[in-house]
Amino acid sequence: MFDLSPDEAMAIRLSLRVAFWAVAASLPFGVLVAFILARGRFWGKPVLDGLVHLPLILPPVVTGYLLLVLFGRQGPLGRFLDETFGIVFAFRWTGAALACAIMGFPLMVRAIRLSIETVDRRLEHAAGTLGANPAWVFATVTLPLILPGIVVGIILSFARSMGEFGATITFVSNIPGQTRTLPSAIYTLTQVPGGDAGAFRLTAISVAVSMAALVLSEVVSRLIARRLGTP
Amino acid sequence: MTLQVEVAHRLGAAFSLDARFAGSGGLTALFGRSGSGKTTLIDVIAGLIRPDRGRVLLDGRPLVDTERRIFVPAHRRRVGYVFQEGRLFPHFTVRQNLLYGRWFAPRQDRYVKLGDVVDLLGIGHLLDRRPHGLSGGEKQRVAIGRALLASPRLLLMDEPLAALDEARKAEILPYLERLRDETKVPIVYVSHSIAEVTRLATSMVLMSEGRVVATGSVADIMGRLDLHPVTGRFEAGSVLETRVVGHDRAFGLTVLRAASGDLRVPYADLPIGSRVRARVRARDVIVAVRRPEGLSALNVLPGRLSEIGAHDGPIADLRLDLGGDVLLARVTRRTIHDLDLVPGKEVYAVIKSVAFDRHSLGQAVSSESRRP
Repeated sequence: MFDLSPDEAMAIRLSLRVAFWAVAASLPFGVLVAFILARGRFWGKPVLDGLVHLPLILPPVVTGYLLLVLFGRQGPLGRFLDETFGIVFAFRWTGAALACAIMGFPLMVRAIRLSIETVDRRLEHAAGTLGANPAWVFATVTLPLILPGIVVGIILSFARSMGEFGATITFVSNIPGQTRTLPSAIYTLTQVPGGDAGAFRLTAISVAVSMAALVLSEVVSRLIARRLGTP
Repeated sequence: MTLQVEVAHRLGAAFSLDARFAGSGGLTALFGRSGSGKTTLIDVIAGLIRPDRGRVLLDGRPLVDTERRIFVPAHRRRVGYVFQEGRLFPHFTVRQNLLYGRWFAPRQDRYVKLGDVVDLLGIGHLLDRRPHGLSGGEKQRVAIGRALLASPRLLLMDEPLAALDEARKAEILPYLERLRDETKVPIVYVSHSIAEVTRLATSMVLMSEGRVVATGSVADIMGRLDLHPVTGRFEAGSVLETRVVGHDRAFGLTVLRAASGDLRVPYADLPIGSRVRARVRARDVIVAVRRPEGLSALNVLPGRLSEIGAHDGPIADLRLDLGGDVLLARVTRRTIHDLDLVPGKEVYAVIKSVAFDRHSLGQAVSSESRRP
């Protein structure tokens, strides 16, 4: 039953690659934005907060369309990135990764921000009096203490990326081997006669990957909690 | 080491700090009630608070000087800080906690070795454990070691014993005495406990409501009647500098020699010749106008009444001059009237031996043995 067709295997590999890069590329920004939102005090903070959360409440199709307008070949950002760095998003797997990163971003930021807000800043001050400059304080004290939040953020964003459909298909369409991720492949299979078996196989894999991600996040959180000595 | 502090800082609408003092080596105690501004003051010295106005000079070099727009950030001051709650890093082992600051100290300035600190504080058996399993006293010792290993030029301690019970305090006090006597790090020690200050301080700074009220030696400040509203009326008492001259093992007593005479106190496990600072609470002292006889109290010291403190209530404090030592005695106003006590009168001070407990005896450092 789990003899995957080459197309199905390709969709799974593509989805994993897209999700990996979506998470990896957005993580530094996620930590940065979470820090700004958790610690920053500035005038436009509610605006930034709203902007980050927008993909969570907008219909994914709208997010996808906005990405198409901004990052398409004729879009202002898309053209700039193409001409300056040779980076193209339109109808490439990189575009799917971008869509997934944007969709998973609010989840990632929320998880990391929560953990930053629970960090005892007095520990950071203590590190300062021991001679650590702010960068070292971040690397040796803050970062290890917010690791549980980062892990949860990574896993939520990864799971969201594995399941992203609306924004991806709107932004970069449904091209086999390029932008046909797992959900797109399932959707395609349900549209053709005799595709039920394939759709079911991919659905089972989708469930398995999501479950594995959840279990993994639980295990990692526990390990870190034990290290930190909190039950 | 010289530390010069002159700062003014406003915290909210209700509290303002305006303090100046100078410290020079040894252990300088900042003493005052909760809310008197002690912690704010050492936060300024540590660089955790930027004062509104003023300056802090360590060995002549400015750590902060608002006039010259100098502010050295905390991590470049090399001022160690032992916090009230320890603040150990939960994700590091004890060893990693201890070595954290050492790593940032410039190599040529590292004058403290891990082995020495571990021996000094008795924490060798804890090195591979994590902070969450340690007792309060162990945590505090590790926190002291961590601050020391950063090889600080000055060590700040903010009520390091306040969060501990009596047994844990008794466990750490000897380590603090060793720290004061065996390392050359100058210490600024915040406390609201007279017992701790008496036992530990080389000199003290008395604070009240954000102001420095008095500075000087512990004996001088504790012997001043006018400061009792600030030092605390109930705990008021004087401090005698003494030396162990003998032990009466048969009766379990130790004999301390003060300038004014010998004191018999419950046995203290100290070698002959050690310097001991003894605190005598004013309410433990009885005053007699003739040498009393047939008395259970073992200590009778002759002296002269030098001052009678303000006495609008039923009670008054007397300052007795015992040939070099100052002793405070708390008596009723009725006593002053009945015994016709006036300044200059010859009196005898009577102190029960059992009035001394281990909290009122501290091994004092001799100023001449201190290395600069």
